[in-house]
Amino acid sequence: MRARILRRRELIEDDWTLLEDGGAADASAAGGKVIVTLARWRSQREALLAAHAAVGVLVPNTADIEAVYPEIDGRPLIALQFPTFSDGRALSQAVVLRRRVGFTGELRAVGDVIRDLVFWLGRCGFDSIVPRQDQSLEACREALEELSVAYQAVADDHTPVWVRRRGRPAVH
Amino acid sequence: MYRYDDIDRALVTQRVEQFRDQTRRYLAGELSEEEFRHLRLRNGLYQQRFAPMLRISVPYGLLEAAQLRKMAQVVRKYDRGYAHFTTRQNIQLNWPKLEQVPDLLGELSQVQLHGIQACGNDTRNITSDYLAGVAADEHTDPRPYCELLRQYVALHPEFYWLPRKFKFAVTGAAVDRAASRTNDVAVHLVRRADGAIGYRFFVGGGLGRQPMLGQEMNPFVPESDLLRYACAILRTFNRFGRRDNIHKARIKIVLREWGIERFRAAIEEEYARIKASAEGEELLLLPEDIERVRAHFTSPAYRPAAEVAADLEAVAARDARFAAWLKRNVRAHKVPGYRVVFVSLKAPDRIPGDCTAEQFEALAQICETYSFGELRSTYEQNLVLADVAERDLEELWRTLETHELATPNIGLVTDIVSCPGLDLCGLANAGTSGVVQEIYRRFDGLDAQYEIGAIRITISGCMNGCGHHSVGHIGILGVDKHGEEWYQVTLGGSPGNDAAIGERVGRALARDEIADGVERLIRAYLELRCDEDETFIECYRRVGMESFKARLYESEAEAQAA
Repeated sequence: MRARILRRRELIEDDWTLLEDGGAADASAAGGKVIVTLARWRSQREALLAAHAAVGVLVPNTADIEAVYPEIDGRPLIALQFPTFSDGRALSQAVVLRRRVGFTGELRAVGDVIRDLVFWLGRCGFDSIVPRQDQSLEACREALEELSVAYQAVADDHTPVWVRRRGRPAVH
Repeated sequence: MYRYDDIDRALVTQRVEQFRDQTRRYLAGELSEEEFRHLRLRNGLYQQRFAPMLRISVPYGLLEAAQLRKMAQVVRKYDRGYAHFTTRQNIQLNWPKLEQVPDLLGELSQVQLHGIQACGNDTRNITSDYLAGVAADEHTDPRPYCELLRQYVALHPEFYWLPRKFKFAVTGAAVDRAASRTNDVAVHLVRRADGAIGYRFFVGGGLGRQPMLGQEMNPFVPESDLLRYACAILRTFNRFGRRDNIHKARIKIVLREWGIERFRAAIEEEYARIKASAEGEELLLLPEDIERVRAHFTSPAYRPAAEVAADLEAVAARDARFAAWLKRNVRAHKVPGYRVVFVSLKAPDRIPGDCTAEQFEALAQICETYSFGELRSTYEQNLVLADVAERDLEELWRTLETHELATPNIGLVTDIVSCPGLDLCGLANAGTSGVVQEIYRRFDGLDAQYEIGAIRITISGCMNGCGHHSVGHIGILGVDKHGEEWYQVTLGGSPGNDAAIGERVGRALARDEIADGVERLIRAYLELRCDEDETFIECYRRVGMESFKARLYESEAEAQAA
């Protein structure tokens, strides 16, 4: 059975399979959409492309995403890691991917993803969220809308507050 | 004073509701202890020894009457009738009940107060010059820049889960009254010869373990690039700050491990990349963006000097107590006829920085009557009435005296900076309040205090350094030795323009020795100084550690000799 995840604010069945490095069950994923580690992508790129309908890449949160990007440019999915929910390194990677190098594919958050991280993920440009198993998907979807106002634009639909106020009278 | 608009109000209101739901889920067992810990800290709620502690952000130390009245209400309704001003210009409540905190925050939000990012691994409340706008040595009012920065870092999603706490201070005057280089980032406003405003950025300061002063990163970042440069620093920290060891997670450790050249290159490269991107376009501040915020910080309607000036010397001549207060607690103002008044929160037998509900209420009335409705908090845990007419000073002094707010000791030996220590704090290794009281009593006589002159005694109950011990002229650090309270002494620290980290003298002193030790250090100073104009810190810097060290451990040497 496939996991249910949150993609573009919808609850869907995941159509991607995460291949563990050195995992034995790769055969079941043959012909499907797979996510592989950056190391595996580097070493088995041609074979992976030949064997699967689509290949996404899981990038460690310690990677310099800008330096790595030429190697994964054009991938339909990039997955970033949250070893714990309070480790925000992948948030900076996400913002750089969305705002600087112009990645427009699926950006996925994996790991210790709890409901209370989801709002911040959404604003940093993640459009694909795989919550930790014990988390309520419905609650995670609601969490995307937790706060409607924001001071900054990050990788979301907001306008920075200093830009919004242009043209407004100075003191209220 | 910055006034919220609909956007600010909506943000704070929604934030209260978000925390209300998080608290509900925690109490219902839906959030783990560890998960809720991170969430509550980001709303100012810390777990102390006996109860939660709620830290309320006071943006750059600026308060107004309505906020003071609200503080009086909430400390009565939700706490034990008092609160505590901290060394980062904030206010702490010591005994709120967790289940009531959402309501408490809801009440505070009515007066532009909140606990957003008051604790936790995020960008903390921004501190600044408590004489902003009134100091003669100020070239640029820092408050508009503080506010722009405050809004940029408040609930910033990318920087909401940093490796460790992150502190900014902003100043715009010749004198540093914000202990700026003890912060992760110090922003010094500068004016170039051609009149252009910019920022001199220092990065990597921090107290606590391995205290360090911020190092210069860039001597002049243009005024438009405040948020761009802040973004570059924050992103570099978020990426490279260590997450494997909480004691090595501050940005100062990245600086120390990399060395300044590599560290500066990383920040400058990120800054260059931001400038070249769409993100950089968005982060660029236009002159009108800055002007719009500056308009919130206009000078009050000062009256002509002829209407407000007074012959204070005459009043002082007939009342020695007023004279003492005038000399110690009143400072010059840039506008003729006005003075800056310090409200001492260091009365005898009081915890430094504590303020009762009755005092909050009195201060609300006082600042409305005498200082255009505003009050500032200082990192030395006192308060400032920034705009007092000379003509009102005598009456104000009498009113402050009634409320035990006129102790004439600003900058003197009894103006001791202190964290709450073991009485309240879960991190503390040793008590601070008892030591403070004992030192206080030794020098309580005004003549003795004036004889000693300007000195900064600071005490922390643990090495996290909330009591700023590393930057005290005499710094005292409480340590635990096999369940007993001991105190290490450092000398020569300073938080201002002459910023320095104090040097540890030697072995720690026992609880019953520490006040004697401090007294011996001060007696040593009185003997060693060239004349009455040489302050403790000047004398220490001239004479050096050894003479003071010998005196600190004098009793031990005598014991060994005997």
